Amino acid sequence: MTVNGYNISSMDGYTAGGGGSDPASLFSEERRRGLAAAFSRVGRALRELYARPASALGTTLVLVFFFMALFGPLIAPYSATEQIAGAARQAPSLQHLFGTDHLGRDVFSRVVLGARDILALAGLGTLLAVTIGTLVGMFSAYRGGWVDEISFRLFDSLLALPALLLALLLLGVVGPSRSSVLVVLVIVYVPIVARVVRSVVLSTKQKGFVEAARMQGESTASIVRRDIFPSVTPALTVEAALRFSYAIFLVASLGFLGVGVQPPNPDWGLMVSQARPYVSLTPWALYFPAIAIALLVIGVNLAADGLKRVLLPGRES
Amino acid sequence: MSRYVARRLAFLVITLLLTSLIVFVVTQWLPGDVARVILGREASEPALAALRAELGLDKPLPLQYLSWLGRFLTGDWGTSYSTGLPVRDLVLERAGNSTMLAGLTLLIAVPLSVFLGVVAGLKADKPLDATISIGSLAVVGLPEFVTGLILIEVLALRLHLFPANSSIRPGTGFFEALPQLVLPALTATFVLLAYVTRLTRAGVVEEMRQGYVRTATLKGLPRRTVVGRHVLRNALLPTITVLAISFGWLIGGLIVIENVFNYPGLGRLMTFAIDRRDLPLMQAITLLTVLVFALANLGADLLYAALNPRIRLE
Repeated sequence: MTVNGYNISSMDGYTAGGGGSDPASLFSEERRRGLAAAFSRVGRALRELYARPASALGTTLVLVFFFMALFGPLIAPYSATEQIAGAARQAPSLQHLFGTDHLGRDVFSRVVLGARDILALAGLGTLLAVTIGTLVGMFSAYRGGWVDEISFRLFDSLLALPALLLALLLLGVVGPSRSSVLVVLVIVYVPIVARVVRSVVLSTKQKGFVEAARMQGESTASIVRRDIFPSVTPALTVEAALRFSYAIFLVASLGFLGVGVQPPNPDWGLMVSQARPYVSLTPWALYFPAIAIALLVIGVNLAADGLKRVLLPGRES
Repeated sequence: MSRYVARRLAFLVITLLLTSLIVFVVTQWLPGDVARVILGREASEPALAALRAELGLDKPLPLQYLSWLGRFLTGDWGTSYSTGLPVRDLVLERAGNSTMLAGLTLLIAVPLSVFLGVVAGLKADKPLDATISIGSLAVVGLPEFVTGLILIEVLALRLHLFPANSSIRPGTGFFEALPQLVLPALTATFVLLAYVTRLTRAGVVEEMRQGYVRTATLKGLPRRTVVGRHVLRNALLPTITVLAISFGWLIGGLIVIENVFNYPGLGRLMTFAIDRRDLPLMQAITLLTVLVFALANLGADLLYAALNPRIRLE
């Protein structure tokens, strides 16, 4: 939820900020004070997303999965790992909505509980990558010089490795686990985020108001925070949403390849690959987690596209 | 132009050196004692020391990196830990298979996605465009294994059009392997299709807004000429770069796809190597992939510059 809350709240600071709004509003006291105002902002952002059918559908899907992640243990009738005696390979029924797998585990419960796994992992990975990437991108671009040059040469070389290949290489060396997947997400996405932020900062740096702030004798930290960061937020929000969708994609793919989250955790990608040998006996054990991945990814993509249209109007594709 | 080429080449070399450094650090330094990785936990101390000396692991790191890189450049890619076979033979054979798959994919995906992108761009904001755009947006993020499983279910298990398993024997030629290549290639096509279509559409929409399009239309040129002669030439330029970038996308996608279809390419070899913690194999696959990816990018940049003189002058 953090990612979503972050997206929506930071977005409005921009759309509303024509001429009058304070550029420092993201950090100032008045912002913390206005909890009620924040709620109305989220409401307005949601209304904008619900204005178009495609992004409305996407947002709804995302919200449903977040609901599942939050209240999963209350919804799921069984535990994710419980092998119900005498109930292996059952077709979907009222007892087992999505049937049971070859080990007698309730597929519905595993899918519902798996939502928390993938959203937490992808969400936390995105949040860390976006935070670190933003800090690195902003300071390095604002400072310029050789620090900027070296760090971005290094980032470019990291980007020369296709993301999945880099992820596999790292996981192959450190061994698969949930925490290594998290570290891998951060390593893979920090350079990309830093690049996006850097390019926005480089163009903002030339603007008159930054020049004016510098002449007033403001410190670098304060200029970056109060003058540069607000102009980065729209692009950053869209980037965060995109990263989130790729992160879900990557976590699911790594799970499928068997190098991500390990059994018996209810990781959707892992569930798909474990159900494959038994596809003729228990097709439902394969299709329901696959459908869950598909719906979540489509939802995030449509919502991210909607955010982009709201925050960065005029930029196609 | 030659100055531009020289600069791009220098840039390529720097990127490759840095990338190889990253691969070296990840595979040689991060795992700790490579000798122990090879010999296992129960190995005796003298045996470990002997292997360390043999592999040059007792030397300082920068020296290790240089000799590692040197051996790689001269074609000595080492011996695979898990199979005992020379890494180079293994990797090059699988690389051939991956090339066949990638080639067929590009053959299907490029014309199709450029066509769809142009159609969507010309009909911007009409129902046809909305269909193509939302369709591609929905498919763009589907993990390859989901798309692949859908295709297997429909085209292989229900309609019996193509085999579901693509485990071809070593040395199978392109045409002989063709029936088994179709499903993995179609899966990869979906991945590229959505991406290239979206960016091509964006290029066309952007170009259609330009003043020269209105001029051409107002002076009475038929729409076909306006689009064919003027718009597409400009709009398709960025598509070249997009294709090069999507090549990297394709490489990543192929790792998963080859595992879905059991196709003996580099991606399948990579997951095999990870399973066995076969470091030399992992290194060779990664370095080769990076090289191909970097060359594809270079090729695209040069082609772009050749077609668009404005770039060269920057």
